Amino acid sequence: MSAERDTTRTVATFAVDFTRFMNPDGSLCGPLPDFAEDLATLAGLYRDMVRLRAFDAKAVALQRTGRLGTYASSLGQEAVAVGVGAAMTAEDVLLPSFREQGAQFCHGVTMVEILRYWGGDERGSDYAGPRDDFPICVPVGTHAPHAVGVALAFKLRRQPRVAVCVLGDGATSKGDLYEAMNLAGVWRLPVVFVVNNNGWAISVPRASQTACETLAQKAIAAGFAGHQVDGNDVIAVLDGVRRAVERARAGDGPALLEALSYRLGDHTTVDDASRYRDDAEVSARWKEEPILRLRRHLTDGGHWTKADEDRLLEEAAAEVDAAAEAYLATPPRAPESIFDHLYAELPRQLAEQRSEVAEGGHD
Amino acid sequence: MTEISVVEAVRLAHARAMAEDDTVLVLGEDVGVNGGVFRATEGLLERFGPERVFDTPLSEALFVGLAVGLGAQGFRPVVEFQFMGFIYPAIDQLVNHASRLRSRTQGRLTCPIVVRAPYGGGIHAPEHHSESAEAMFTHIPGLRVVIPSSPAKAYGLLLAAIRDPDPVVFLEPKHAYRAPKEEVADDGQALPLDRCFVVREGRDITLIGWGAMMTEVLTAADRLAEEGVSAEVIDVATLKPLDMETILGSVSRTGRCVIVHEAPLTGGFGGEIAARLADRGLVDLLAPVKRVAGYDTVMPLSRLETHYMPSAARIVAAARQALDYA
Repeated sequence: MSAERDTTRTVATFAVDFTRFMNPDGSLCGPLPDFAEDLATLAGLYRDMVRLRAFDAKAVALQRTGRLGTYASSLGQEAVAVGVGAAMTAEDVLLPSFREQGAQFCHGVTMVEILRYWGGDERGSDYAGPRDDFPICVPVGTHAPHAVGVALAFKLRRQPRVAVCVLGDGATSKGDLYEAMNLAGVWRLPVVFVVNNNGWAISVPRASQTACETLAQKAIAAGFAGHQVDGNDVIAVLDGVRRAVERARAGDGPALLEALSYRLGDHTTVDDASRYRDDAEVSARWKEEPILRLRRHLTDGGHWTKADEDRLLEEAAAEVDAAAEAYLATPPRAPESIFDHLYAELPRQLAEQRSEVAEGGHD
Repeated sequence: MTEISVVEAVRLAHARAMAEDDTVLVLGEDVGVNGGVFRATEGLLERFGPERVFDTPLSEALFVGLAVGLGAQGFRPVVEFQFMGFIYPAIDQLVNHASRLRSRTQGRLTCPIVVRAPYGGGIHAPEHHSESAEAMFTHIPGLRVVIPSSPAKAYGLLLAAIRDPDPVVFLEPKHAYRAPKEEVADDGQALPLDRCFVVREGRDITLIGWGAMMTEVLTAADRLAEEGVSAEVIDVATLKPLDMETILGSVSRTGRCVIVHEAPLTGGFGGEIAARLADRGLVDLLAPVKRVAGYDTVMPLSRLETHYMPSAARIVAAARQALDYA
């Protein structure tokens, strides 16, 4: 396009900011947000990330020993999950994809429920705590429209609640997210989209996913702000998501947060990432991981000791062991229960099929 | 009581449902100010306001996902698609979410939504506006699939669909949108979502159809009557769940059967009915089950669409084959 002086002018510009408070070595880049001056808060975030890593390790171990189905570990992305979860209030609604167990734990979903789900039991999605939270969404990005529906419900009821939808970098290539963001923008709905950009959509790297410089800027086209945060800095994630959630709660509309993390593990337990990425890349990324980073910050400040660490690891191990035991002791469902929640009331036409299952079919 | 059309009955049922339940919302393209491309939602925005009736952006996959979120939060959204040909982007939401949210959360979250779409040919519409894909939806567990054929059924079945606690795909025969008309009492009476309607009793053969095909089926029954053949006519109306008792009961008396639908023959819902007749009604059958359906072709543009659509003549011919069978 020619840029003749009087014929063409710039009608829109945009910028995307990036926020980080903690460097990979735990040193600070600048002043911390107020909440991060509180050591108890930081210790709580640290504890939640350590518990999550212990849980992921236990879940993978259960899968490797044939006691759990396919599982998506969040190894290396604990700060995203915990930052999101910590930014939400109990009244908000979480719409997770399949790698947000850490955010779900913060919001009241139990470890046993998550294990039941990945262990092949629908009862794992009948959360006893956050009754309005959506179940894990496996088809990529298809929960983004649900988030705007939930947010519209809040707006219609004039409730100060926010829908928080978490997606991966791969989901930003899907129309579901664009359509949802577009509506969220035009109706100024109280919804926050968090993109956990862990660098890889199974084997496809971020650079092959889009020509955009950032994933955050995809929100600009929908008419609202997109921000990048360091997804390995739990303070930056919590700060960014909390600001977005509180703005949405106040009626200032949606936002998108792109958290730059890294998937240190395989996509899931049925993936072998060594087929498509170099060990050297992964090794380098271990130096930036979020748990070590916050521990360094706490330790360097003299706020975390070896004894604190040992005690936490012991507690986390005990907690996940207890969750695994409870999961493994889950009583089986009756086979005919597959009909129980198909409809509010089972149509009489299905009674015969249900009886066949109840009577053991043709086993 | 004045006579009204199917599209007026649809509008009346919306208004009734919205007046009796504040959680009923209407969503879709052009459903508000414009009252819908077929005027099925005309007047609802004025009467119920912009927090009950929403003109959405043009994003079909989004409407149903939006409704899933609203439904999980206790609303009862009714989503209008302008034409069935534009519903396919939303199949993902219907298959992966709407139909199974109750099951996958063990009843914690539910999806009391209605997805409405005009379907079928016969109005000389542009490309992609005339298909009949009902069988695609009947294959999805957790959904209900309803197709009214008349103003009274449109009113009663749509009320039932909106009040139902589970997702309903409600397909409206646009060929029958404006005519014929009939008297419909706005009495809030819903019709059952799990029963076929015997619209004419007969002894010699059972003619089964749904939607706009009922006009052709009834015309065929009239012609057969002129030849002294007494045809029983069944309007399936609720394809899922399917009321086979009524169909089996009829065929056990007539012994002969023709199933009629606009959709292509292969994989059409007539095959399901025929299979169940073969399974449960074989000893009652005096002749092979005949099907009169759309051809296994792409739905032609308007100049040839009448050659595609099953006609009364084709139905009569199929009935004769069944009647002449030894």
